Amino acid sequence: MDINDVRGLGSVFALIAFIGIIWWAYGSSRKQRFKDDGDIPFRDNTEMPADDDKDRSK
Amino acid sequence: MSTAFDHPEYNYKVVRQFAIMTVVWGVVGMAVGVLIAAQLAWPQLNFDTPWFSFGRLRPLHTNAVIFAFGGCALFATSYYIVQRTCRTRLFSDTLASFTFWGWQAVIVSAAITLPMGLTSTKEYAELEWPIDILVTLVWVAYVVNFLGTLAIRKESHIYVANWFFAAFMIMIAILYVGNNLAVPVSLTKSYSVWAGTVDAMIQWWWGHNAVGFFLTAGFLGIMYYFVPKQAGRPVYSYRLSIVHFWALISIYVWAGAHHLHYSALPDWAQTSGMVMSLILLAPSWGGMINGMMTLSGAWHKLRTDPILRFLVVSLSFYGMSTFEGPMMSIKTVNALSHNTDWTIGHVHSGALGWVAMVSIGALYHLIPIMFGRKAGQMYSIGLINVHFWLATIGTVLYIAAMWVNGIMQGLMWRAVNEDGSLTYSFVESVEASHGGYVVRVLGGAFFLTGMLIMLFNVYMTTRDAKKEAAVAAHA
Ligand code: HEM
Ligand code: HEM
Repeated sequence: MDINDVRGLGSVFALIAFIGIIWWAYGSSRKQRFKDDGDIPFRDNTEMPADDDKDRSK
Repeated sequence: MSTAFDHPEYNYKVVRQFAIMTVVWGVVGMAVGVLIAAQLAWPQLNFDTPWFSFGRLRPLHTNAVIFAFGGCALFATSYYIVQRTCRTRLFSDTLASFTFWGWQAVIVSAAITLPMGLTSTKEYAELEWPIDILVTLVWVAYVVNFLGTLAIRKESHIYVANWFFAAFMIMIAILYVGNNLAVPVSLTKSYSVWAGTVDAMIQWWWGHNAVGFFLTAGFLGIMYYFVPKQAGRPVYSYRLSIVHFWALISIYVWAGAHHLHYSALPDWAQTSGMVMSLILLAPSWGGMINGMMTLSGAWHKLRTDPILRFLVVSLSFYGMSTFEGPMMSIKTVNALSHNTDWTIGHVHSGALGWVAMVSIGALYHLIPIMFGRKAGQMYSIGLINVHFWLATIGTVLYIAAMWVNGIMQGLMWRAVNEDGSLTYSFVESVEASHGGYVVRVLGGAFFLTGMLIMLFNVYMTTRDAKKEAAVAAHA
């Protein structure tokens, strides 16, 4: 086994990791969880000192 | 700046400071940009003065727009977003204020030393070693403060914008130190520890990732927070944002070799850089589409909201420059585009269209909040609209002029007569470029005028807010 086998294995691991990430992100059991996570920017409505979020539409 | 606007929970002071300085350094950096653009059109403007010459002012421009303007924008927004999405105050106010004053000190030292001709000669890493040490200290404080804030968060999940910011600051720390390793011979002179082809590779490992992590990942963090906030709806697909993040950061680091096509770099390294650049199109567009689609169902808001328009148009320019980049990394295309104004046009479609526009949009959302007002409630919405059109037209003029110049230069340089001699001398291509250079000055002046209007709008917003606060205090 020489250095090029190690390099080849590196690519294989990267591919597996990538597929793993897709599987994790798109797994149906985590669907709702990620939907909720997407709402994080709207969860923080501390109304001080200004009411930051409301009525921007005008 | 008045404490009347301080938030009981969050540290808004440092955000406010960086936000204001973003606008100020934006005006300064782009004014220098217009100046050097004018020097290229009318060389008499160098006035035979060394410190006022193009060669010394060019790095001043790049440092001012990337690290002063872009850097302050990233500090302001990352400090703001991390607090709001973790629902906790910054880890340390002392570190925050150290990063602010430290960063301003870096900028001022750059503005003094670069015109003096003190430079390490590495592009985007020109600053000499004492300033590099200060940069490193500030950066470490920044990383500690940011990651420390993530560690004490009250929200269990780390929102995707923070992932992009964290990747940006960690990678920049590694790359900046790696590329700047040098042996000092005096206070103002040092020699890089790298040499030859390795030096070139390390330089563009840094250079390309200054683009990938400083000018892209950080600004994607801005996009993932401010586009949803301004559109009033969550990001189109949070799951896509996860894949986008990991794909983008794992591919960017391999693409730097496309800056060294047909150089002494081994052929296989050039080719792998090219392949990685082509693959990079996919995560780049994945991110752009994710941002754009966030507006689905809310497109009508674009008609009335110039802030949202800034954000969306910035995404279009991001899509454009990340399509153009992979094309230019194809070796045969690069043989035409390399060293021509085409590259400069590509740079500014990313820099003006994407980096500057997304920052401007975010700032218009954020600055009013820093002064006790509602998001986006600037002194004048009409002026934001004027700014939007000046910025868009300015960018288009700039990049269109550079495309024409670049392709013309590339074709002139490679044209040969039947006997194999060159058809054109170099200076003939310079002469032929004059028209494009004048158009670029015009485009730059448009963009700069927009920034001056923004400065005025910000000033009036703070003035009104202070008046209101004073009245409220009396009542
Ligand atoms: C009013 C706006 C601007 C004008 C008129 C302008 C003008 C210029 C000019 C004339 C050059 C030198 C080109 C050459 O050597 O042929 C340049 C280079 C550069 N500018 Fe700007 N600029 C502006 C804004 C910006 C902004 C906002 C950024 C970044 C956020 C930026 C980033 C750069 C970079 C990275 C380079 C070096 C490009 C390279 O080496 O390939 N510029 N600019
Ligand atoms: C998929 C994304 C991208 C790819 C594959 C890419 C590729 C390239 C290529 C091939 C060059 C020309 C190198 C040469 O011939 O010397 C280049 C130059 C450059 N690009 Fe990009 N680009 C991308 C996105 C961007 C973005 C979004 C920005 C700005 C925000 C940007 C900023 C620059 C800069 C500053 C240079 C000039 C470097 C120099 O020579 O000083 N690029 N890019």
